[in-house]
Amino acid sequence: MPRRDDIHKILIIGSGPIVIGQACEFDYSGSQACRSLQEEGYEIVLINSNPATIMTDPIMADAIYMLPMTTDSIKEIVAKEKPDAVLPTMGGQTGLNLARDLEKEGFWKANGIQIIGVDIDAVELTEDRQLFRDKMEEIGIMQCRSRQAESLLDAKEIKEELGGLPIVIRPSFTMGGAGGGIVWNEDEFDQKVLRGLEMSPVHSVLIEESIFGWKEYELELLRDANDNVVIICSIENMDPMGVHTGDSVTVAPTQTLTDKQLQVLRDAAIKMMRSIGTFAGGCNVQFAVEPGSDRFVAIEINPRVSRSSALASKATGYPIAKVATKLAVGYTLDELKNQITGNTSACFEPSIDYVVCKVPRFNFDKFPGVDEELSTQMKAVGEVMSIGRNFPEALNKAWQSMEVGRDGLGADGYEEINRKEVRERLMKPYWDRSLQIRNAFKLGASVEEIADITKVDPWFLQQIRYMVSLENRTEGMNLDELSKDDFFELKQAGFSDTQIAWLLSKSGEKVTDFEVREKRISLGLKPAFKLVDTCAAEFPAKTPYYYSSYEGENESEVTDKKKVVILGSGPNRIGQGIEFDYSCVHAVFAAKEMGYEAIMINCNPETVSTDFDIADKLYFEPVYWERVLDIIEHEKPEGVILQVGGQTALKLGKRFVEAGIKIFGTAFEMIDFAEDRGSFSDLLLKLKIPFPEYGTAVDVDGALKIADRIGYPVLIRPSYVLGGQGMRIAVKEEELRRYVDRILKTHPENAFLIDKYLEHAIEVDVDSVYDGKQLHIAGIMQHIEPAGVHSGDSTAVLPPYSLSDKVIKTIEEYQEKIADAMNIEGFLNVQYAVKEEQVYVLEANPRSTRTIPFLAKATQRPEAAIGVKVMLGAKLKDFDLESKLDQWAIKEPVFPFDKFPGVKKELGPEMKSTGEAIYFAKDFNDEHFKKPFEFKNLYLSK
Amino acid sequence: MSLYLRKKAILALSDGTVAHGWAIGHDGITGGELCFNTSMTGYQEIFTDPSYYGQLMMMTYPHIGNYGTMDRDDEHRKVMVAGVICRSFSWEFSNSMADRSLQEYLEDNEITGISGVDTRALVRHIREKGVMNAVISSTELDEDKLVQMAKDWDDMEGLELATKVTREEAQTFHPEGDSKFRVAAFDYGIKQNIINSLVKRGCTLRVFPAQASLEEVKAWEADGFFFSNGPGDPNPTGEYALEIVEYAKSTGKPLFGICLGHQLMALSEGIKVGKMFVGHRGANHPVKNLKTGLVEISTQNHGFAVTEDSVDEAIAEVTHINLNDNTVEGLSFKKFPGFSVQYHPEASPGPHDSAYLFDQFIDMMKE
Repeated sequence: MPRRDDIHKILIIGSGPIVIGQACEFDYSGSQACRSLQEEGYEIVLINSNPATIMTDPIMADAIYMLPMTTDSIKEIVAKEKPDAVLPTMGGQTGLNLARDLEKEGFWKANGIQIIGVDIDAVELTEDRQLFRDKMEEIGIMQCRSRQAESLLDAKEIKEELGGLPIVIRPSFTMGGAGGGIVWNEDEFDQKVLRGLEMSPVHSVLIEESIFGWKEYELELLRDANDNVVIICSIENMDPMGVHTGDSVTVAPTQTLTDKQLQVLRDAAIKMMRSIGTFAGGCNVQFAVEPGSDRFVAIEINPRVSRSSALASKATGYPIAKVATKLAVGYTLDELKNQITGNTSACFEPSIDYVVCKVPRFNFDKFPGVDEELSTQMKAVGEVMSIGRNFPEALNKAWQSMEVGRDGLGADGYEEINRKEVRERLMKPYWDRSLQIRNAFKLGASVEEIADITKVDPWFLQQIRYMVSLENRTEGMNLDELSKDDFFELKQAGFSDTQIAWLLSKSGEKVTDFEVREKRISLGLKPAFKLVDTCAAEFPAKTPYYYSSYEGENESEVTDKKKVVILGSGPNRIGQGIEFDYSCVHAVFAAKEMGYEAIMINCNPETVSTDFDIADKLYFEPVYWERVLDIIEHEKPEGVILQVGGQTALKLGKRFVEAGIKIFGTAFEMIDFAEDRGSFSDLLLKLKIPFPEYGTAVDVDGALKIADRIGYPVLIRPSYVLGGQGMRIAVKEEELRRYVDRILKTHPENAFLIDKYLEHAIEVDVDSVYDGKQLHIAGIMQHIEPAGVHSGDSTAVLPPYSLSDKVIKTIEEYQEKIADAMNIEGFLNVQYAVKEEQVYVLEANPRSTRTIPFLAKATQRPEAAIGVKVMLGAKLKDFDLESKLDQWAIKEPVFPFDKFPGVKKELGPEMKSTGEAIYFAKDFNDEHFKKPFEFKNLYLSK
Repeated sequence: MSLYLRKKAILALSDGTVAHGWAIGHDGITGGELCFNTSMTGYQEIFTDPSYYGQLMMMTYPHIGNYGTMDRDDEHRKVMVAGVICRSFSWEFSNSMADRSLQEYLEDNEITGISGVDTRALVRHIREKGVMNAVISSTELDEDKLVQMAKDWDDMEGLELATKVTREEAQTFHPEGDSKFRVAAFDYGIKQNIINSLVKRGCTLRVFPAQASLEEVKAWEADGFFFSNGPGDPNPTGEYALEIVEYAKSTGKPLFGICLGHQLMALSEGIKVGKMFVGHRGANHPVKNLKTGLVEISTQNHGFAVTEDSVDEAIAEVTHINLNDNTVEGLSFKKFPGFSVQYHPEASPGPHDSAYLFDQFIDMMKE
């Protein structure tokens, strides 16, 4: 069946602000859906309140509504736009739940709107665990034994029936499994059941037999209207059952199932998808397999595009969201071409000839007191994906991608802890499990011992033990002793030059990563770049999607066009999320428009920047110095763009300068200069711009002296961090001592700053672009919360709502003076505090910021593109800089406190929000303004 | 020391391409036609598939051996491939139900292999240059000698191989419950899962050797005839097998053929079968059933195929095509009750989407 002609206008529901469990993977799916429908000539209406998304860019849809994600908003849009159909499967659980709620009201039918991409009854069926269970029983798919409880008494009875603890609790209809988890003791049981009953919108929880320790698998399916089904990817969780798949290290394809076992899961998955309705679209099915047997149970089925399907898309190259969208509008799989090869069918199951590894990224450091043990409720805030020609290579690359200061899976300077500690750390699942497994092998533990404690499949353990055996072999050698074969084996196992340098340095003679690199290159050991082609090279493919490996043949041909490399922003984390990927994508587009071949390097599978058809060339690689340099040496670009990928790319700036690689835009010395409080303050003094009194210290005594001089309260923070990491307000000496101690522990290499904290000051955030002559102010945002609350956590209003003209004029003057004095070429963000009509500069950031996408959406100006084009040499006079904002745009932060019970909602200089929504208000009687205004001081803490 | 002791090995292709790696399996020298398979699981089934007899099997998925080997997964009485090539061999495995590691399994079957070569580059090479012969050696490490050996290796084209893998004597398999049909199956290298698939559906199966005598077959009075998969060029195999095919057609009973069996049935009707530039080898090929319009994901393993132009509509109808290259994958015959497919509905390894073809055969016998 070709494209449906009975529908013309389609409403797509986005996923709203980024929260834990629902991150920017839904911008990937939403934007692919938009492009897919555009290709078919449909009119697209879109709702999404998240301004930092590519899908809400003007080119993506015909009508974009940045309204709160509520049924009321959808009703308003439908009344105006009168779409014929709604596609709710691209916006995560938010999209599906909204569609379901409106279905219950009979809204879709009443308005003659067809739901496409999913059978709406399937939403109920897959989210209500009892219904799901009944359905699985009906079609003969095994289930864990379980029953629904509506009271604590119910729950206790069921628990006894199922043989007692440990047992699993799953509240119905909560996102990312919120409120769920495995329970090991009686007290915890009562507490978790009650909490689950409260959190569930229908006040029921499922009590389920524990299959803790079983092996966990996921299959990604696509089905068309003819009922053809294909499995795009099979994924194995290294962390067995008991850890949410979003928190697990996962590997594609499956590694430890025989073909017979895998095919049984495939059959079951297809049967399950067919049992939940007759829709055309995507679906994700999860299974648990009992180790050492063929027994398996179905865990869940999600009738939508998911985080795992984003991963599966990047892992295989198969554009799941795009194809799922085409299927939703009537195409069948056999009518579509595989876009990667260009001439084979899209109706097939990708075969890959590499190993993909996903490692989740956590941010527990932001939430002291949080329970760090992993469970069935997701706690990760982001993830990295890596590609290697074997599992060790992929795993080492994943840890190089994480940006937690590691150079791979261990062997990088961190002290080995003692056996007892490692054992304790392995008893329960934590974020660093794979590192601890490595430590355990280093301390001589056996595969059997670790398998027994962790239930991780021995195959993965054998692979990690092999990695440790390579470490042991290398330790204590000197560089010249390392044979070419042994060197090659280390590189094939993913070891970085820095890890190798560290291992060699154990001989007592210090070896640098630079020396290792020199030696490696002199031996002719350079990475080859291989293509991701969906078919294991069976057919030719031209899509420029590459990864590195130590191999014979290099498939990435270098063109003679002028090139620019854009560094991505790595894994999502608090303080650095989708906003930076938004800017990266725009940097790619801008560079292309300026005539460059745009080359993207990134390792975050949830992003639009890693879609194979965004950049001219995509390297799915860690944004890690060695890997980046390898690519640059291969491609020889004119230069790199560092200023759009957040702190990830900037951290590498110094090394680019040392290596003589050109950085586009503002000179790196100036970026560095802005971080150096001393020099920057000297500049402000020279420019006669006020700033809060401050001092720089390296120890407690120094800090106390400064505080005595400038007076409490003071703001303390390490240099070179984003999102105010480790930043605190101290009102007295005792607190200051405590914070200094903590900083010295977490950031031992950094000096730290102590600022006078301006109480009850208004904070103002200003983004701008400067081209050497002209300053373009992208926006002056006034925060509702007082200075002291991190700008990312503040409710910001554009334009300012209570600043005097004089203050605004002063701010504009200061911004220009600073831009000029720092020789800015491109982005400049300055943060100000205003107290009693006096304007103080708090800090300057010569790079793209978290607020650039918000401003772009509010003003309808392509702010990210303007900045990047200026960096590449364009002049502001050639742009249309008129703002189309005719009301108040409010940036509303979203917090993850509901995911971390026991952590109080407290705001301070350290950022805690995971995302934001944009809201347009006509006046100040609007609740979205009134409410934050009323509570503005309530949560300010330290 | 590294965990695994490594012994050098070389893979040499007849066009002079040489790759260095590490020896796996049995120490020695082996050769054959270099082919590849893109299945990510099911290495044991592939290595024991008689259709691969005498070939060097290169697995495109890097880690091979992860779950060891299990006797229940054998498709033949012994390993059929002449050699094994992979990127990252799993010396250790994880599967408490396994009987042996893959290393032990290869050693026990005296199969020589090589790991640590850039398999992706080699796949691209033969994709561009076409299939060719190669040798793997862990004893002789002189590149020139090995290349010469690869050049001298016998070509597949024109080789009759079914008699090398077929059983020596006819064997009968009985279903667990009531026997519904008597099926005569011809073993040109039949996979165990074909036998299982028919027996599971209530057939009493008499599996005849490739060169069974006509009298022996006639005497068994079958309700249906099955022609199996197998290695080698179908044309020389036809020289002795077509007699039986003709007999089967003359009985008016249903015929079903898979792979080589499909080619033999086609040849018997004057349809041409030719060698492909690069064969189909994987468990992810889309086959469209032209009668139902549905697509099945299939296991494929063939280097010869029916030539589309030679299919006369009066003789046979093309029922299945490969969606990647539109080649013929299935035929339904007009002059006798019978059908055949080029791919593998018995899977093993691979998806079970095409198992309905066995039901179709049973249904024909019911009529």
